[in-house]
Amino acid sequence: MIGGLFIYNHKGEVLISRVYRDDIGRNAVDAFRVNVIHARQQVRSPVTNIARTSFFHVKRSNIWLAAVTKQNVNAAMVFEFLYKMCDVMTAYFGKISEENIKNNFVLIYELLDEILDFGYPQNSETGALKTFITQQGIKSQTKEEQSQITSQVTGQIGWRREGIKYRRNELFLDVLESVNLLMSPQGQVLSAHVSGRVVMKSYLSGMPECKFGMNDKIVIEKQGKGTADETGKSGKQSIAIDDCTFHQCVRLSKFDSERSISFIPPDGEFELMRYRTTKDIILPFRVIPLVREVGRTKLEVKVVIKSNFKPSLLAQKIEVRIPTPLNTSGVQVICMKGKAKYKASENAIVWKIKRMAGMKESQISAEIELLPTNDKKKWARPPISMNFEVPFAPSGLKVQSRVDVRGTHPMPWREEDEKGTGAADTVSSPSGWSESCTEKPGGDIGRCHLGRQDDRRGWPGGHEHT
Amino acid sequence: MTDSKYFTTTKKGEIFELKAELNSDKKEKKKEAVKKVIASMTVGKDVSALFPDVVNCMQTDNLELKKLVYLYLMNYAKSQPDMAIMAVNTFVKDCEDPNPLIRALAVRTMGCIRVDKITEYLCEPLRKCLKDEDPYVRKTAAVCVAKLHDINAQLVEDQGFLDTLKDLISDSNPMVVANAVAALSEIAESHPSSNLLDLNPQSINKLLTALNECTEWGQIFILDCLANYMPKDDREAQSICERVTPRLSHANSAVVLSAVKVLMKFMEMLSKDLDYYGTLLKKLAPPLVTLLSAEPELQYVALRNINLIVQKRPEILKHEMKVFFVKYNDPIYVKLEKLDIMIRLASQANIAQVLAELKEYATEVDVDFVRKAVRAIGRCAIKVEQSAERCVSTLLDLIQTKVNYVVQEAIVVIKDIFRKYPNKYESVIATLCENLDSLDEPEARAAMIWIVGEYAERIDNADELLESFLEGFHDESTQVQLQLLTAIVKLFLKKPTETQELVQQVLSLATQDSDNPDLRDRGYIYWRLLSTDPVAAKEVVLAEKPLISEETDLIEPTLLDELICYIGTLASVYHKPPSAFVEGSRGVLHKGLPPRTGSIEGPESPDTAPSGEPAADQPSVIPTQGDLLGDLLNLDLGPPVTGPPMATSTVPMGAVDLLGGGLDSLIGGSGSFTAAPSSTAPTNVGAPLGSGLGDLFDLTAGVGTLSGSYVAPKTVWLPAMKAKGLEISGTFSRQVGSISMDLVLTNKALQVMSDFAIQFNRNSFGLAPAAPLQVHAPLAPNQSVEISLPLNTVGSVMKMDPLNNLQVAVKNNIDVFYFSTLYPLHILFVEDGKMERQMFLATWKDIPNENETQFQIKDCSLNADAVSSKLQGSNIFTIAKRNVEGQDMLYQSLKLTNGIWVLAELRIQPSNPSFMLSLKCRAPEVSQYIYQAYETILKN
Repeated sequence: MIGGLFIYNHKGEVLISRVYRDDIGRNAVDAFRVNVIHARQQVRSPVTNIARTSFFHVKRSNIWLAAVTKQNVNAAMVFEFLYKMCDVMTAYFGKISEENIKNNFVLIYELLDEILDFGYPQNSETGALKTFITQQGIKSQTKEEQSQITSQVTGQIGWRREGIKYRRNELFLDVLESVNLLMSPQGQVLSAHVSGRVVMKSYLSGMPECKFGMNDKIVIEKQGKGTADETGKSGKQSIAIDDCTFHQCVRLSKFDSERSISFIPPDGEFELMRYRTTKDIILPFRVIPLVREVGRTKLEVKVVIKSNFKPSLLAQKIEVRIPTPLNTSGVQVICMKGKAKYKASENAIVWKIKRMAGMKESQISAEIELLPTNDKKKWARPPISMNFEVPFAPSGLKVQSRVDVRGTHPMPWREEDEKGTGAADTVSSPSGWSESCTEKPGGDIGRCHLGRQDDRRGWPGGHEHT
Repeated sequence: MTDSKYFTTTKKGEIFELKAELNSDKKEKKKEAVKKVIASMTVGKDVSALFPDVVNCMQTDNLELKKLVYLYLMNYAKSQPDMAIMAVNTFVKDCEDPNPLIRALAVRTMGCIRVDKITEYLCEPLRKCLKDEDPYVRKTAAVCVAKLHDINAQLVEDQGFLDTLKDLISDSNPMVVANAVAALSEIAESHPSSNLLDLNPQSINKLLTALNECTEWGQIFILDCLANYMPKDDREAQSICERVTPRLSHANSAVVLSAVKVLMKFMEMLSKDLDYYGTLLKKLAPPLVTLLSAEPELQYVALRNINLIVQKRPEILKHEMKVFFVKYNDPIYVKLEKLDIMIRLASQANIAQVLAELKEYATEVDVDFVRKAVRAIGRCAIKVEQSAERCVSTLLDLIQTKVNYVVQEAIVVIKDIFRKYPNKYESVIATLCENLDSLDEPEARAAMIWIVGEYAERIDNADELLESFLEGFHDESTQVQLQLLTAIVKLFLKKPTETQELVQQVLSLATQDSDNPDLRDRGYIYWRLLSTDPVAAKEVVLAEKPLISEETDLIEPTLLDELICYIGTLASVYHKPPSAFVEGSRGVLHKGLPPRTGSIEGPESPDTAPSGEPAADQPSVIPTQGDLLGDLLNLDLGPPVTGPPMATSTVPMGAVDLLGGGLDSLIGGSGSFTAAPSSTAPTNVGAPLGSGLGDLFDLTAGVGTLSGSYVAPKTVWLPAMKAKGLEISGTFSRQVGSISMDLVLTNKALQVMSDFAIQFNRNSFGLAPAAPLQVHAPLAPNQSVEISLPLNTVGSVMKMDPLNNLQVAVKNNIDVFYFSTLYPLHILFVEDGKMERQMFLATWKDIPNENETQFQIKDCSLNADAVSSKLQGSNIFTIAKRNVEGQDMLYQSLKLTNGIWVLAELRIQPSNPSFMLSLKCRAPEVSQYIYQAYETILKN
């Protein structure tokens, strides 16, 4: 199991050091600093074995978190734990930075004592932790309160505490999708898949029983006629989901047998599910880049975007980011619509359009002046990225939910209002440049990248609001 | 208020000031001071001098302060054991606190203080806490048992905590169950033979129920524990699988991987005809693919595991090639792993896509990645024959880019392609030659030189090319020097007239001006070969080479099976068994997949290759060019040499003894060596071959007819007098690859004996019981029972004296008994101990003469053939036999379980009952025991 946990700043100074096992000595702290943080060559694996001691590390901004062990631990668990640790810290004091860690080191030690016992991860749900690790002391608690805390920390519903009350019961669902797209130079789609996330914000009283429905093919087959009518009503077709994973509040065995997603949600925001699908993906945008090298010190770039959805729909907050070489000395931009700016600090041209209707087209052209350079290292030509919101999900996912709040009025089936964000894709240009789209999990927007020669790949993103 | 200021106090006299503050009356000030102490401790300053003052702050109502003091205690108690005792009272008191959080905190902290005196006081509070009414306290106490066991295992056993812990598996609270499982699993790991985690269908059922209810971490503990269970039949395996599959949809990747581990393991037991088997296979693919959308570090862990899964069951992911395509923003470690899996999944169906991708990658920026991509193209060519042509043209395109490292990497792989498809792509040689000057890495230079030498007759200026390398001969690496030597000799044999000068030059450079023994030796071999018989030289040097096989760097099947049992853990990330990186006894318990049951394939299936692959496709690894052995293959395999039979053996033994006498006669002299009865040699052997050959064939034909090695009769190891009435006698045996200890336990006492268990001390060859000692019924007085205890050799290794000493502990309900015994070394001789002839030659030569030991085996009246077959039964293989001046010389090899090779020369004179045995081994200390083994086998 985990033998110790260290947190370092970017210089390799220890900010937090907690040892759980006798086989980990103080020298382990230095071994990691010398061999990984100060290593001459960048370390190329997140797992490092130094003198029969294994180190797992993750980096958050410039902070290193390292777990160390001498045993054959469950490696996946160690990383999951490190991420969880980051989540917990963020929930307590915001961004993980050197200053925040130093300011909260007593709290961090207290947390580490609670969520890791002898190297075994214990309940690490912030909802539960916040009830008794407060930095305020827990002297004033009554006996009932104490046993409530312990039963929650160890109970079956460790992520939610009893007795939450809201005057207005509200539930918000966001469907965030990112489309990953790969095209051949001829513009043929080689592979495309949507990885989506359903993020829920629940502000509900008591212990609400939630049921969640989606227009997944298997669900509809299982549910038979009743639901089929309902989906028929909304006039949407079913989609085929390749795979999905759920937050630990979802009853997995029930999903396995009945394909019904039922759960008691944690309070506040959480990621309810993730899913993947590869079939029938709607690509909301096409991005066509053209790049021409004029001599050794000049580059001409032209990017065309085409919206590829019904003219009655509107895409919003479109942002296209076109990377520029490191030796750029100046850029002149002309665009037909929206505003564009060269941002030297980000090595990119950022082009923003407030809104754009379906089946429209817009373009930007730029002249990039380059400084002559001897640098042999070639420019990696990062992809063009693109962010936007569209009122549909590229995968076609639809969500319905039902909430029963114990002791209050049940909320009937409620159709979620569908709004979403979509994605962008690409076409090859004669110059052989390519681009792709991406959406970082957590962003509302899709992005699209200028990429390598010969092929293009994209991760356009989708998004739904309720 | 911020706490960061505590990190900045660095003035002198700090300790003194802190002392004053810690003893202050004001609570706030005290707390501040303790925080400063903890901050100093974190950055590595020694603040142990403050121990008494900090401990004084422990008696407080302020929980935050208390926790800080505890943290300090955990760090320094070990260095100040006497003072730590001061804290005991507070701990004991806290364990009685009405607040469960404080009770748990006290017991949790006490377990972390590794001081004997404190541990003693811990027992009572711990016993209470294990039965506490509050689940939070119980779950903490469960882990505390594991802590205590780590400090003092005996104490835990004596106090009966293990039984209480076992009871907690049936606790009503899922988290208590999960922690109890974790603690028990850990304790059981350090006692491999104990039956601590007594898993049976009832307890498994409880675990599966708790699985649905506990935290994500608890689910991991339970799944990892389930993976160690061995279901009794396929139906039980299936029902467990059915209840584990829902976990594949969990958001936590570790839960998913642990579930995959359970499924992969239990799947072994399911019949392939079962519908459920197919369903399960289908269910496994999507979650594995989903793991690739996790954070990069987890993707890395997942990819390392997928690499194993793809080797074990290629059918699961065969249609998922596209998801392993590299993304622009993948970290380099993810990219490299994806590349590996792409090659494993490459097949005729998807090769076009794969190649297009690889070509892309070869133009990326990261040098390591580009190199690996180029190498991957070569591997595709070798793996998928239909794609070879496209691969070669892709490689040529890449060479045209003139990017230095791309060109070099491409040339290295093209050499391998030539080896796989001879006489197909040689037209590209001209292009390769253009890049000769840009090559600066030894591997690429060696590859290019090999190509020039191999195809010298098609390259007009081959001599000029090679001569250009010769100028800086002494500055080249050994790899290049060796290759250059061979290449020039090849050239000479192909174009003798123009290149005589060149070959003389290189031979003298190699033999006279070089300090490298390998190079000198090879130079002398060529020299002698060329001067003695150029025709023979031609046949040897220019012999047809065996084709290289397609799959490279596959993990050896038994290791793969073991690693499958470790899915998700570090072992699966390193692709090494835990014993390779874990110290001590922990985690070294060897794991294996369960045998398949209910299957039509019969019992032999668990260790065979992945389903659907015929055994004939057993892959092997491409020998590295320039490596000595690889090159000797070049030299020696091929059609039989028809050299003058005994002529060369008359060469006087001089300075080059090995070359002149021994080796020459071995290679060419008697003829029996050159006629390799391997598939590469023609079957009709030429006439000049000596009679030895016939015997040789006889010998090889005899392989496999004997199934087990010699077994000594049982002797008494533990007399009843010394073991309170338990008498143990036994012997060791080896049967078709498995070692066992055959025991007879006799109860000579007046009471019934039960609860037998056995354990071995660490020993020279890592012998360890492969299964617990199973005595099914209690042993009544005067009754005896025969048991065959299977052994393996993956236990911990410690050199013993004598080497074959084994210390054994046997436990029963009465006591624990110890005895030691000597095991005959031949139980460790493995079945694949037959060395290739040329390998034997090279190895014999390679091992220094100091390592040679000679023994005399007296009074043995067997003839050479009988000796061979007798030894063969115990896995000592005769590689060749020849007759020199009326004596029979047997050349034999054997391999020990730990991979040590022993080579032997046995001289038998028909009239003399004493045999001479010469043993050569890199670990000469085993020779004596090998000799003993010889003696034992031959005389029984």
